[in-house]
Amino acid sequence: MTPLIVTRYTGVNCLGRGLEAWWRALRARRSGLAACDFEDAALDTFIGRVAGVEDVTLPGPLAAFDCRNNRLAWLGLAQDGFLRAVLATRERYGADRIAVIMGTSTSGVLSTERAYQRRDPASGALPADFRFAETQSTYSLAAFVRAALGLAGPAHVVSTACSSSAKVFASAARLIGAGFADAAVVGGADSLCLTTLYGFRSLELLSAAPCRPYDAGRNGISIGEGAGFALLEREGPGPVLAGVGESCDAYHMSTPHPEGLGARLAMERALAAGGLAPDAIGYVNLHGTATRTNDVAEGRAVRDVFGPRTPCSATKGAHGHLLGAAGVTEAIVALAALERGFLPGTANTRALDVETACRVLIEGEAAAPRYVLSNSFGFGGNNCSVIFGRQ
Amino acid sequence: MTIKAYIDGVGLLAPGLPGWRAARPVLAGDAGYEPGEMLRPSADILPPAERRRCGDLVKLALHVGTEALAPSGARAAELATVFTCATGSGEVLHQICETLAGTERDVSPTRFHNSVHNAAAGYWSIATGARAPSTSLCADQGSFAAGLLEAAVQAAAERSPVLLVAYDVPPPPPLSAVIPCTVQCGLGLLVAPARGAASFGEIELDLAREGVDTAFADPGLERLRTGNAAGRGLPLLAAFAAGRSARLTLEWLPSLRLAVTATPYGGA
Repeated sequence: MTPLIVTRYTGVNCLGRGLEAWWRALRARRSGLAACDFEDAALDTFIGRVAGVEDVTLPGPLAAFDCRNNRLAWLGLAQDGFLRAVLATRERYGADRIAVIMGTSTSGVLSTERAYQRRDPASGALPADFRFAETQSTYSLAAFVRAALGLAGPAHVVSTACSSSAKVFASAARLIGAGFADAAVVGGADSLCLTTLYGFRSLELLSAAPCRPYDAGRNGISIGEGAGFALLEREGPGPVLAGVGESCDAYHMSTPHPEGLGARLAMERALAAGGLAPDAIGYVNLHGTATRTNDVAEGRAVRDVFGPRTPCSATKGAHGHLLGAAGVTEAIVALAALERGFLPGTANTRALDVETACRVLIEGEAAAPRYVLSNSFGFGGNNCSVIFGRQ
Repeated sequence: MTIKAYIDGVGLLAPGLPGWRAARPVLAGDAGYEPGEMLRPSADILPPAERRRCGDLVKLALHVGTEALAPSGARAAELATVFTCATGSGEVLHQICETLAGTERDVSPTRFHNSVHNAAAGYWSIATGARAPSTSLCADQGSFAAGLLEAAVQAAAERSPVLLVAYDVPPPPPLSAVIPCTVQCGLGLLVAPARGAASFGEIELDLAREGVDTAFADPGLERLRTGNAAGRGLPLLAAFAAGRSARLTLEWLPSLRLAVTATPYGGA
């Protein structure tokens, strides 16, 4: 694939607003997860909730998009000079030459959940102030970001569950490669909602404690929320988007392939897209959800591709599982590791599962990888691996 | 900037349009359009256990995807796929939100995994054994245009055919009041990067800032086009059905349209 430059990246999640806040927590192996206090959800679990979302006000022209998901996106766009960088890019190429490709899983479903609590008792009708297109629609996030940034190029949302916002890198690279855009704003957002909290409970996948990826005693996920964004251009300073690999498990809707077959294919295809040998990769940010099945299968797949020595870690113990925003969030963690010369450890994890086949760093360590890879796998058996490198 | 692609197969299911072969005279204007009942989508490619678990939306996607592969004999297990859909399953969304508005909040695990936008793609992959890349997109009423461009650029980048499936079904009340989908429609296209033995026409895609969306003169077909995001692709099928070259404008995004030059080959 045509290599692209990541000229700017940022985001927000329970570790804080912007990269400095994330990085302080990741370096210190600190977790942002806390006991669930979301809405009236009576669940024995931990969540990664972003502080202050309730107080965010969208500017007048964007007010119709108001929902928790788009507020998170707005918070994310405002960090690390990202808005300014996009506006400068818009000056350079023109609004219609910049694509907006976003990933989300549940979009603004919280708005629909609330509307269902306020249905007309007689007719069953939804309240008149409920706006489906601007909040709940899967496309809402891209419509919001496109409007907020004043962009007019091609736009769509990729929604493949927990791989959504990793796949946006592939989709944007194809559009730019074919000449339909000169740059792209990619990213994703997913927000806490009852659908995912109670949905994952029904699958018995919610951990009662802060999640512990790859730990012998891991027992499920901790759901987080947040947004992450990256600006992709053909040239400029910054790390290179070197390759993306996509695959399917063809196995089960909500359980990964036990041998990590689809995961392995995604990593191998990312390497092939970048023309890279496995030993070029100096760090793997694992999908590492802390479910029994994911971690053992992913560890096998990583070992099958990279051998047992490549340093890996899973950061969901720090920021939680951001579902549709997990791909871009962990891509950003990998980018920061690449640029800052430090591989974050695996927060909350105490003793590795003896079945772990790959080398998982519990403590972080200094390193200077030339290339890093981030894994994201989702329901429907949908997998994506993204590789970044130094210029 | 333009991109060229070749059409190697079509699948279609909508009220009064029960498959590509049967629908061709209607779309070509040689026979009148009678809406009638919707043929039930067949999901024969799914194992029985999965067939019981998935709803009408997924079955519609699988039905038109399967039909689109028939003429070329393309092997589903090796094909990359692009699924595109404006709404996802309104039925599943309704059931989950209704459950969550109650006191027990016992969401069914099957319903939860069926709620993801890529549910159809997941079932397709399980049914066909496909481990090739698969994406699931949404661009509201422009979802067909977004999917067609994605399929064409992916086919070109990977030098390999891509199956495009566009599909939407109307949601139940009360969501029907807020979601602009009034009729079922599913559409499959096998999009190839080069002309092959099965190719029966080519398309060239371009971005357009202006232009009026290509519409049907027949009010029934026009209701299909405007009442379903997948229906926005029917003018392209009509051009191939009629066997006449056409320049079409398809709905996409505010201030952006997809311009499609369709060139059917004779004898298809």
